[in-house]
Amino acid sequence: MREFKIVGKRVRKVDAASLVRGKPLFTDDIKFEDMLHARILWSPHAHARIKNIDTSGAEALPGVHAVLCYKNVPRVPHTTAGQGWPEPSPYDTYIFDNKVRYVGDRVAAVAAETEEIAEKALSLIKVEYELLPAIFDPEKSMEEGAPVIHDEPDCRQVLPLFYDPKHNHCAHIEVKTGDPDRGLGEADFVIEHKIKNHYAQHCTIEPHSCISYLDPMGRIVVRSSTQVPYYARRIVAQCLQVPERMVRVIKPRIGGGFGSKQEIVVEDVCAMLTLRTKHPVRLVFTRPEVFVSSRTRHPMVMRLKTGVKKDGTITAIKMHVISNTGPYGSHCMTVLGSTCAKTLPLYRCQNIEFIGDTVYTNLLNAGAYRGYGVLQGSFAMGIMMDEMANAIGMDPVDFWIKNTIRKGETSPIFSALSEIGKGAAQTVDSCALPECIGRGAAVFGWREKRERYRSQPDGSIKRGVGMVCTVHGGTVALLDMSSATAKMNEDGSFNLLISASDVGGGCDTVLSQIFAETLDIPLEDVVVYSTDTDVTPYDKGAYASGTTYLSGLAVIKTAEEIKKQILKVAADMLNEPQENLKLENKGVVSAKSGNRVEFGQIAKRSMYSKDQFQIAATASEFSHLHPQTFTAQFAEVEVDTETGQVKVLSYVAAIDCGTAINPTLAEGQAEGSIINGLSYALTEEFIFDEQGRVLNPSFGKYKIFSAPDIPKIKVMLVPSYEPSGPYGAKPIGEPAIDGVLPTISNAIYNAIGIRLTESPFTPEKVLRAIKEGKKGH
Amino acid sequence: MMREIELNINGKKRKIAVRPKDLLLNVLRGELGLTGTKYGCGTGECGACTVLLDGKPILSCLTLAVAVDKRSLTTIEGIGTEESLHPLQQAFVDAGAVQCGYCTPGMILSAKALLDRNPNPTEDDIKQAIKGNLCRCTGYVKIIAAIQLAAKRMRGETA
Repeated sequence: MREFKIVGKRVRKVDAASLVRGKPLFTDDIKFEDMLHARILWSPHAHARIKNIDTSGAEALPGVHAVLCYKNVPRVPHTTAGQGWPEPSPYDTYIFDNKVRYVGDRVAAVAAETEEIAEKALSLIKVEYELLPAIFDPEKSMEEGAPVIHDEPDCRQVLPLFYDPKHNHCAHIEVKTGDPDRGLGEADFVIEHKIKNHYAQHCTIEPHSCISYLDPMGRIVVRSSTQVPYYARRIVAQCLQVPERMVRVIKPRIGGGFGSKQEIVVEDVCAMLTLRTKHPVRLVFTRPEVFVSSRTRHPMVMRLKTGVKKDGTITAIKMHVISNTGPYGSHCMTVLGSTCAKTLPLYRCQNIEFIGDTVYTNLLNAGAYRGYGVLQGSFAMGIMMDEMANAIGMDPVDFWIKNTIRKGETSPIFSALSEIGKGAAQTVDSCALPECIGRGAAVFGWREKRERYRSQPDGSIKRGVGMVCTVHGGTVALLDMSSATAKMNEDGSFNLLISASDVGGGCDTVLSQIFAETLDIPLEDVVVYSTDTDVTPYDKGAYASGTTYLSGLAVIKTAEEIKKQILKVAADMLNEPQENLKLENKGVVSAKSGNRVEFGQIAKRSMYSKDQFQIAATASEFSHLHPQTFTAQFAEVEVDTETGQVKVLSYVAAIDCGTAINPTLAEGQAEGSIINGLSYALTEEFIFDEQGRVLNPSFGKYKIFSAPDIPKIKVMLVPSYEPSGPYGAKPIGEPAIDGVLPTISNAIYNAIGIRLTESPFTPEKVLRAIKEGKKGH
Repeated sequence: MMREIELNINGKKRKIAVRPKDLLLNVLRGELGLTGTKYGCGTGECGACTVLLDGKPILSCLTLAVAVDKRSLTTIEGIGTEESLHPLQQAFVDAGAVQCGYCTPGMILSAKALLDRNPNPTEDDIKQAIKGNLCRCTGYVKIIAAIQLAAKRMRGETA
């Protein structure tokens, strides 16, 4: 393993000192002269056609500057999914449409001089609806005769991908490797389960926020809480029907994303209001709007059938999935694809069948959410692995070790499918999963606790332990691209300009560390700036856990280009050939003569003295493969069989994310993921009424974990070295959340012998399962 | 109808005209430019708008500005200085307790109220003190560690 100066060190986050002082860093912290406030009118119906809309009362209200609805904005089919181009999500969304497809769909928007006037104006808009039958059950959505949610003629899939909106059928994927039926025939035990995860919201504490304005040249500036500034620019330009050059997107600090801000849900309408009024316009979602009208996690119904031999060999995996995307197909195919492509390579099994369908319903709009299909797939497979181990009487730890991919191995899934289509063959070049399992189990006390809980005390309180392993492939291979620009300043410092969009995880810091390491300079000599599409070069943005990996590679390449330019100037200054020279602590030294010039001298010379030029470079990297991050997770739970209450006593996660560029930040990603996962597993749940309306769009009624809810938690980073990654690094943003649901289900099973296959594991569900006597194997 | 109120904000006297229905959060952010206090939910359930009223945490999104007339308020801008962070701020930086930073001001102020009355809190005391402050990034682990670190430093013990 290489020794580093700054990489691998727990340096302080570069923006932390300003954040703890409450500096005005976020989208809504800045006011503009003559700024208008936008509010949106939302559909009260799950499925309806708008027969007429009368906005005259709202328009006549003093202080109202514009009212938008389907009648006065261009009809541009697009997707809100912030993805590469052309997007693999269908173009089935319009800024405004004459049809609403869920309770919380957009109907109209107002820009007014105060929020109060805007609210008042909304109440003056008269909408005449023709109610249509709605469909809420994803398992019935594709049936003949079901209400057709997208009956408009202009919705379409841009790429040559399956799309059948007449049957609410948004995406279809089939993958087959080996001979799954023969595999099942060879098994000693064949196990089947239907496993369902539930809707959830990201709950960033900062709501979706946008302020747009016209610059003096008439260009539209969009200051927005986006994870994907370049995609936001492209989609805003598309919706406004202007060239991209007319739009500038600025991403200030972002108050959390987790995928919810990878969707263009505020920028298009805000920018359109600016275009119409010529005023700065501010649109900040209220909390209920974030819950209902931003995005959620895809709920899936997953039917699993797996075969296992008595010796622990898995003979076949069959996974049939119905994914519910809600009213619009944002990320509908790629989340589904990830459930196969990014989940199943973990298993040492050649006989795999995956059949997946994504359907429209009139419930909430799903989209990107940390875990992105891998969470769903890991939930299903994590339960199946536990069931198979139990069926053959093998300790799950041994069963997982036996059946998970190792360094140097490949999976037929890699070449069969990627997130977006045909896959890319790859081997696993770094894998510390066996060490993760071993060290995690030891720290957790797996064998002792499992032994201890074999005999449960009398009474209603039972305890148990569960574990799973996960893999999560980062980036979208063969598609994602990142860039970085750097330039040298007179004092020998550098501006590092990136569009890798820090949403809180700390990539500004991590990428600065990588840049400083490559040029052998102190961290304070890197002035990092992200993101402004007028200034910082193209990057895919913050998603697919790809930032450290891919933007990190782009930063190294940029720094290497800079290094060449520095050495050229230094060689001339020292009058020595470049081969003698190397970078050392913010200077260039000759290994031969020992002579040295400082970066500050090199910068001043190149700017002012001789053969003047700006030492600067831009470089890009493209993702060739999905780097694989592994986790082993262990939970100890206490189940009260009288109340159904599940309490998590302790949680251990051992994670192989390659080199942790900044271990404190990497732990922070994992800890946050696990608590988000536990909260999802135990308390978070949308409640709908029969008309598809969300009844609990508030933190008071949609319970996310607060500090007293967290168990004792231990995150262990188990290093490996990923040869394709920047200084050996692999993704860390999402992987830890993937394993939480099955780990808890397995621990509950260990405690009470009852198998929970539907999340969340609320007291109500646990009691019902106990009552029904849901046994596993 | 505007009404003039007098506030002692971060040690400075400020007179300001407000409407009876104006929320303290909006007055702080809009009129006084103290944007460190954040909107997260508007219903007192996330704690991002926490400020200290006479040293005790309150939710500024549920408080009318007129209700704090002649009282003493502390916002995140009022603790620590440009040159020297408050020990809690420094500990949040040092312990990696800041990710997106949006909940951070409210979190620090709740923690300050705790440490001002209890310099030696248990882990449970800390969890209780910040239970009204939601954080979605950190899982609270490093936030609790940061408050413990700050308490230690404020007691004059090393680290």
